[in-house]
Amino acid sequence: MTSPTKAEDSGSAVALEPELASTSETAKNKTGLEGRSPGRLMWQRFRRDRTGMICAAVVIFFFAISLLAPLLTAISGTNPYTLYGQDPTYADSPVLDDFGLPLGYFGGVSAEHWFGVEPQYGRDLFAMMIYGMRTSLYMALGVSTLLTLTGVLIGVVGGYFGGRTDYWLGRVTDFFLSFPSQLFFIAFMPVVTAFFVDPREETPTYFRALAILIVLWVLGWMGMARLVRSVVLALREREFIEAAKVSGASPARIIRKEILPNIVTPVLVQYTYQLPSTILTIAFLSFAGVGFVEPTPDWGRLFAAGAQYTQQDPAFIFFPGIALVIFILCFNLLGDSVRDAFDPKSGR
Amino acid sequence: MLQFILRRSVGAVVTLFLIGAATFFLFVAAPSDYASLACGKDCSPERLEDIRHALGLDLPLATQFWDFMSGIVAGRDFPDGDCPAPCLGQSFYYSENVWDLIVDRLPLTLSLTVGGIVCFLFVGLGTGMLAAYRRGTLVDKVATGASMVLSSFQIYFLGPIVLLIFVYSTGWMEDPKYVPFTQDPVGWLVGLSIPILVMSTIFTAQYTRMARSSIIEQLQEEHVRTARAKGMPRRYVFFRYAWRGAMIPIVTILGIDISALLGGGVVTELTFSLQGIGRLAVDGAVQKDLPLTMGVMLVGAFFILLMNILVDIAYAWIDPRVRLS
Repeated sequence: MTSPTKAEDSGSAVALEPELASTSETAKNKTGLEGRSPGRLMWQRFRRDRTGMICAAVVIFFFAISLLAPLLTAISGTNPYTLYGQDPTYADSPVLDDFGLPLGYFGGVSAEHWFGVEPQYGRDLFAMMIYGMRTSLYMALGVSTLLTLTGVLIGVVGGYFGGRTDYWLGRVTDFFLSFPSQLFFIAFMPVVTAFFVDPREETPTYFRALAILIVLWVLGWMGMARLVRSVVLALREREFIEAAKVSGASPARIIRKEILPNIVTPVLVQYTYQLPSTILTIAFLSFAGVGFVEPTPDWGRLFAAGAQYTQQDPAFIFFPGIALVIFILCFNLLGDSVRDAFDPKSGR
Repeated sequence: MLQFILRRSVGAVVTLFLIGAATFFLFVAAPSDYASLACGKDCSPERLEDIRHALGLDLPLATQFWDFMSGIVAGRDFPDGDCPAPCLGQSFYYSENVWDLIVDRLPLTLSLTVGGIVCFLFVGLGTGMLAAYRRGTLVDKVATGASMVLSSFQIYFLGPIVLLIFVYSTGWMEDPKYVPFTQDPVGWLVGLSIPILVMSTIFTAQYTRMARSSIIEQLQEEHVRTARAKGMPRRYVFFRYAWRGAMIPIVTILGIDISALLGGGVVTELTFSLQGIGRLAVDGAVQKDLPLTMGVMLVGAFFILLMNILVDIAYAWIDPRVRLS
């Protein structure tokens, strides 16, 4: 039988042990006054934002799916390249009818083909989709990171040094902004690819990826550069920068220690908006027929194919389309939440 | 005003020249050209040389570039037919004057783009204003939610869905097609209504969100509060003070979006298999057709620069503090 006093006793006895005593100490501190870093404050605000948390989970889910694509296709037992409708190995379990349309309901959804099959070829849509997402997401991560680094570099240099440097960097930025970017993407994808490979030969997929990366990079950094420049321009006039200057710090040190930590927030927020829009641009390239081509699985390519099949087999465009809408929606909401968490004043 | 337009026009011409130069030299720097593509797999060097000569690709690069650029102002003569003043060369692939090709295709892309802009400015800004005016009500919530979801749709996904519902399943509408406006204005509107609506839906959703948040921000400004406090009617303050202030950031974003709008027109025409500028750009790129690509790029850039100047003028008109200088 445990009496209240006894329990209290044992409690205090435990508390006397040095290790546990210290944990109770920090627990007490937490309720009292405590210096919280901006990052921690942001995280706490973000955790209270239910939409933000759900969207973060969805976005992470998409990234996890594309990371685990080989594993998932091993479970489903399909792969994105096999022509299940034409390959004689699979002749005993036909997936297409005589007109090349999927057998069964909703684009041929079955235990083997979870999202159905592609008309004519009979490729597995589930495998094509998750591998396509993989291509798109990783490309977008690479492109966005490059864009961000370039934009920050140009923005910081222009904003901090000002004067003639700023003027010319500004003109260059304006020049790139006046390019009709979508037309340019279409027109220059084959040109850039031709730098790497003889056009009469088959282009390896990773060269195409590299070409997409370069084209999107060259025409994509301007937004970030403008944003960073304006932030740095405002920062430059602040007292703590002046103090650093007076105390004799070199420009390199001021940029590294004073300016860069202060532009992390807007850059991060811009990055979360940049990533989904890059995914859409890559999808657009493949849709227009100049990005990834057959048989590389790619999200945008599924739309180009789906648009052809809409009349006969609408289910084919349904799955990748809904997935894209959910992904972009969540990413945009996540961007809003990240912005709100960093800057609670910017109400919606 | 006139001085501003003149200065900006000079800047635009310089930019166009630079874009032309960039396009040209990037294009010819690539190791493949139309001649080797047209010559095919087993191509003898003599035949390749013949094709190159016929196309003028054997001339020095600077001469080629100068011929092209001066042709825009002065026109050029080709062995098979001449090419009057705004001459953008002769397409290798189509063997036609690029200018004629573009004049033929541009009205479609412009109809889509301009139709889309008119559509989303009216619907988007209107819905956004309504949502801000009735903030917190059901109207606001529906408008905000719908615009959030719709802005995540893509033209190449929404397009096929709309076609499926209104054309393939129910047969209420016919397949989108282009009829020149001058021939048949009604047919033009009916034929392009689906593409224009699909294109503007996504932009409408984005501008609804922007207009709403911008007006809400303005309503919290001090001059708006003062106006309300001294007894001005709510409606008057809303339209006279808040609306005007709210339009400034939106016009700025419109200026940034112009290239995206032209791109939206291109995606729309590709989605609905309409023959516009985007199709020409794809042909030029795939066929390595240098004059065609140059022409498409220059015309595209021309419209972006023109719209930017117009946006800046609109900017000064909305915000009297902005001086055109």
